[in-house]
Amino acid sequence: MSVTDLAAEPMPAGLEPESIEGRSPWRLAWSRLVRDRVAIASLIVILLMVAAALAAPLFAALTGHSPTDQYRETGLTDQGIPVGPGAEFWLGTDSLGRDLFVRTVYGARISLLVGVVATLLATFAGVVIGLVAGYFGGIVDTILARAIDVVLSFPYLIFAMALVSVIGPSLVMTTLVIAFFSWASIARIVRGQTLAIKEKEYIEAARSLGASPMRIMFVDVLPNLVAPVIVLATLLVPTAIVFEATLSWLGLGVDVRIPSWGAMLAESQSFFRVAWWYLIFPAGALLLTTLAFNLLGDGVRDALDPRSERLFATRRKGKP
Amino acid sequence: MSTDGDVLVRVEGVEKHFPVKKGVFFQHEVGRVRAVDGVDLEIRQGETLGIVGESGCGKSTLARCIAGLLPVTAGQVSFEDEPISGLSRSGMRPFRRQIQMIFQDPYGSLNPRRRVGSIIGDPFDIHRLAAGAERKRRVQELMELVGLRPEHYNRFPSEFSGGQRQRIGIARALALRPKLVVCDEPVSALDVSIQAQIVNLLADLQAELGITYVFIAHDLSVVRHVSTRVGVMYLGKIVEMAEGERLYTRPQHPYSAALLSAGSVADPDEAARRERIILTGDVPSPIAPPPACRFHPRCPKAQHICTTTEPPLEVKPGEPADHVTACHFPVRPGERLGQTGLGAEPPPPSTGEPTAESGGEGGTA
Amino acid sequence: MIRFLIRRVVFGVFVLWLVSLGTFLLFFVVPGDPARSIAGRQATPETIALIRERLGLDEPLAVQYWTFLKNLFRGDLGYSYYNNQPVTALIAERIGPTASLVIGGALLWLVIGVGVGILSATHARSLLDRVTAGFVVAGISMPTFVVGLMLLFVFNYLLSTVLGITFFPGGQYTPLEEDPADWLRHMILPWITLCTVQAAIYTRLTRGSLLEVLGEDYIRTARAKGDGNRRVVVVHGLRAALTPVVTQLGVDVGYMLGGVVVTESVFGLGGVGQAALQAIVNLDRPVVMGVVLLAAFFVVLASIVVDIAYSFLDPRVRLS
Repeated sequence: MSVTDLAAEPMPAGLEPESIEGRSPWRLAWSRLVRDRVAIASLIVILLMVAAALAAPLFAALTGHSPTDQYRETGLTDQGIPVGPGAEFWLGTDSLGRDLFVRTVYGARISLLVGVVATLLATFAGVVIGLVAGYFGGIVDTILARAIDVVLSFPYLIFAMALVSVIGPSLVMTTLVIAFFSWASIARIVRGQTLAIKEKEYIEAARSLGASPMRIMFVDVLPNLVAPVIVLATLLVPTAIVFEATLSWLGLGVDVRIPSWGAMLAESQSFFRVAWWYLIFPAGALLLTTLAFNLLGDGVRDALDPRSERLFATRRKGKP
Repeated sequence: MSTDGDVLVRVEGVEKHFPVKKGVFFQHEVGRVRAVDGVDLEIRQGETLGIVGESGCGKSTLARCIAGLLPVTAGQVSFEDEPISGLSRSGMRPFRRQIQMIFQDPYGSLNPRRRVGSIIGDPFDIHRLAAGAERKRRVQELMELVGLRPEHYNRFPSEFSGGQRQRIGIARALALRPKLVVCDEPVSALDVSIQAQIVNLLADLQAELGITYVFIAHDLSVVRHVSTRVGVMYLGKIVEMAEGERLYTRPQHPYSAALLSAGSVADPDEAARRERIILTGDVPSPIAPPPACRFHPRCPKAQHICTTTEPPLEVKPGEPADHVTACHFPVRPGERLGQTGLGAEPPPPSTGEPTAESGGEGGTA
Repeated sequence: MIRFLIRRVVFGVFVLWLVSLGTFLLFFVVPGDPARSIAGRQATPETIALIRERLGLDEPLAVQYWTFLKNLFRGDLGYSYYNNQPVTALIAERIGPTASLVIGGALLWLVIGVGVGILSATHARSLLDRVTAGFVVAGISMPTFVVGLMLLFVFNYLLSTVLGITFFPGGQYTPLEEDPADWLRHMILPWITLCTVQAAIYTRLTRGSLLEVLGEDYIRTARAKGDGNRRVVVVHGLRAALTPVVTQLGVDVGYMLGGVVVTESVFGLGGVGQAALQAIVNLDRPVVMGVVLLAAFFVVLASIVVDIAYSFLDPRVRLS
C-alpha cells in the first residue's frame, strides 16, 4: 500500500462529511442550550434586567422621579408613611418619599455591575492561580493550594466586613473585596483539572515540539478549561450579587447614597409592617436576579457536559 | 558495539529513576523506580530500531529519554555527536526540530478542543516557520502526505477514527521534517486491521523522507516487518539486540525466546511449529529488581551464577558482530525451553526440530 | 494517627497565628484612629494622646503585638476600647444565643440536607426529586438576610398583624435555661434563616454524591447478591456518599460565622455575631480580634475533626 493509496481511504461509514463539517463543541453546546426552556427563560430575565439597568435614567425621565430626590408632598402620607404602588409611584415610595421603582431599577445597576465585575476579576485570578499551581506543581503548588484552602475555609464575610469597615465602603472597594474572597473556588477546580490535563499525551506532544510552558498553559490546557470555567463563572455571579447585597444590607457595602438593593432592604426593615412593597419589590428583584443566574448556570453546565446530572429532568425515565 | 553506518543517536549508560515519595508537608524519598537502569545503544542513520518488552519494562521511559522529554538520572544521549541530556528548554529547542515523537494513544495525544489544522500546524507556530495561508498550505500538504483529506482541516479530533487520529499525530510529528522519529507503541491502541495500514504508512514515509525511527512495541510481530534491528528490554535493561530477522529466527536470550513464543504469528505454519514458552511469575517490581541477571527468577535456564553475576551484553561466539546478548546460557538453535525454573528438572532433550529458517510442516498445535 | 494529629495541630496553631497577625496588621495599615473615635469629635489632642497611651497605642507595632500574644497565652484577650469590658467576659456573656443558633441551625441543615438528599437520590427523576430540585435552586439563590426578612414578614406581619396569630415571635433571645418553650419559639425562625441556603447546598451535594456511589460496581454487586434496596443504600452507599458532605461541613464552619452575624442582626439576638459587627463598625480592635480568633479556632478544629471523620467514613483513607 503506497502513500497515494492511503489518501483514498474512505471515511468511516455513517459519517457524511458535508453534514458535520466544522461543528465545534461550542455549536453543539449552544444548540443544546437553546432547547433548554428554563435556561432560555433565565437568560431572557437576565437580559431584561440588564436592559432595565442600562435604561434606568430613561425610567427616571419617564416617571419624572430621580432615584435620590425625596417627594415628601406626594410620596408620603400625612402621617409620614410611604405611599403604596399606584399611578404616580409605580411600586410605591420608601420611608423618605423616594420612588421605589426608580430606585429598584438603579439598584440593578449596582448589583449587576458589582456581580459581573467581581466575577470577572475572581475568574481571571482563579484561572491564573489554578493554572500555575496545577501546571508547575512542586513548592509553588503546595503554597497556592494551601492559600486556596485557607481562603475557602475562612469566615470571609467577617473578614470582608472588617476590611470594608476599616478601609471605608465604596463601589470599588466592595467589588475588590468580593473578588478577593471568590477566586479560590475557581482556582481549586482549575487546579484539579489542570493536574488531570497535564498528564495527557497531547501535553507531552506539545512539549516534544518545543512549546514553552506559557504556550502549553494557554494554548493546550486553557481551551479544555473553558467549559467548566464558564459554568463556574455563571454560578459565581449570583454569589457575588448576594455578597454585595449582604454587605450593603449591613451598611458596609457601596456608598449609602447610591441606591442598592441591600441598602434598600436594610431601610425597609423597620417599615415593612406598614409598607409591604418597601420590602417585597427590592427583595423580589434580588431573588429574581440570583435565581435567573443560578438556573442559567445549571443550564449552561448541562449544555456543555451532557453527561452531568440534569437538575431539571424534563422527562421521567424509570427509577434506577 | 561499533559498526558501520552513520550513528545518529548514541545512548550511553542512560538511567532514569523515579523517586517514590511519601509525606504531605515534608516529602521524603522512600524508594526509586528504576525504569531505565543502564542502557547503551546506537541508532543509525536511516534505520528503524525496534525496542520490545513487556509493559513496565521501561521502554516508553527510554523512548522519552531519547526524545528529550524526560531528564535522565545518569548517562548521556547524544544526537549527531552533540550531547542533549541535561540541556535547558531553550538549549533543547534546535533538537526539537530534529527529534519528534508519535504517541501511543490516538485519543489522548490530540487536544480534543483544538481543530486538526491547528494541531498539525502547531510546530510551525512554535518554531515560527510559517503562518497564515502558508501554514495552512503546508498543513494540508502534510495531511495529504499521511493520507488524510486536506479539506478536513477545520475538524475536531473527535470527528476522526482511531487510525485517522494516528495519522494526524504522524503529520504533526513530520511537520518539521525531523531526522529521528520516536514511535511509542504507535499502533498498539488500534484495531489489528488498521495496525498494518499505519505501519505501512510509517514505512512508506521512511522510504520517501529518509527518517530514522525508534519503534517501541510490546508485540514482537509488529516490529518485525519494519525494524532493521531489534532490541529486547527487560526491567530497565537491554537483554538482547540483533538484526531484525535474526532475532526472530535465532533468539539467544531465553526472555527473547519466551516473548517470541508468546507473540501472535501471522504465518499459520510458523504458529504451528512454535512451541509456547510460558513464563512463571510476574515481572518483579522495578523498585527492587532481582540481583545479577534480572531475569533469573523467571528463567527456565537459570543456574547459580545467574543469581550472583550479572551477564554483560556481548557478542556470543559464532554470532555476527551486531548480535549482542546478556545471558550466561544463551539459547541454542532448536533448544526447547520448558516451564522450568531455577533448580528444576533439566528440560527434556530437543525433539530435533529444524531451525526456524527451514520452515516446517506439522499439524495444528 | 498520633503523628497525624500532632501535625494537624501544629498546622492549626500556625494558621491561628497567621490570622491573629493578619487581623492585627489590618487595623494598622489602614487609616482610622481608635483613640480619636473613642474620644469623640470635640476631644482635644491631649485627651486623644492620653487615651492612646492608656490603650498602649503609642508603643511600636511589634511591642503591641508581642503584648497581645503574651496576654493571649494567659487567656486574656484584652479589653474593649469602648466599655472597658474584658473581651473574654463579653464573649462569654453573648455566647448563649450564638451557640443556640449555630448548633440548632447546623443540626437542622444536616438533617434536612442529608435527609432530603437521600430521598431525592433514591427517587431520582420522580416528582419529589423535581420539586426538590426546584427548592434547591431557590434556596441557593436566597441571601440569608432576605430569608430572615421574608420569614419576619410572613410570621411577624402577615400572620400576627393581619390574622392575629403569633407562632414565632421575632427578636429577643430567651435563654434556654429560663424558659425552654419560649427559647424554642424564638429560635425557630433564626434556625430556618441560617439553614435555608446550607440545606439546599447539602441536599444537592448528598443527592449527587449518593447517585454517583449507587452507580458504582460494588453497589450493583451488592444488589445482584440480593440485598434489599434499602439496605443497599444505607449500608453500602451512604458511608461513601457522606465523605464529600463531611468535607463540605469542614469548609462551612467558616461560612456559618458569616451567617451567624447576618441572622443575629436580622432577629436582634444579641449574640457574638452582633457584637462582632458592632466592634467592626466601631474599630474596637480587641473585640474584633477576640471574635476572629474564636472563629478561626473553630474553623481549624472543624477541619481536624473532618479529617478524622474521613478515615471512619472512607476505609480507603488512612491517616498518616
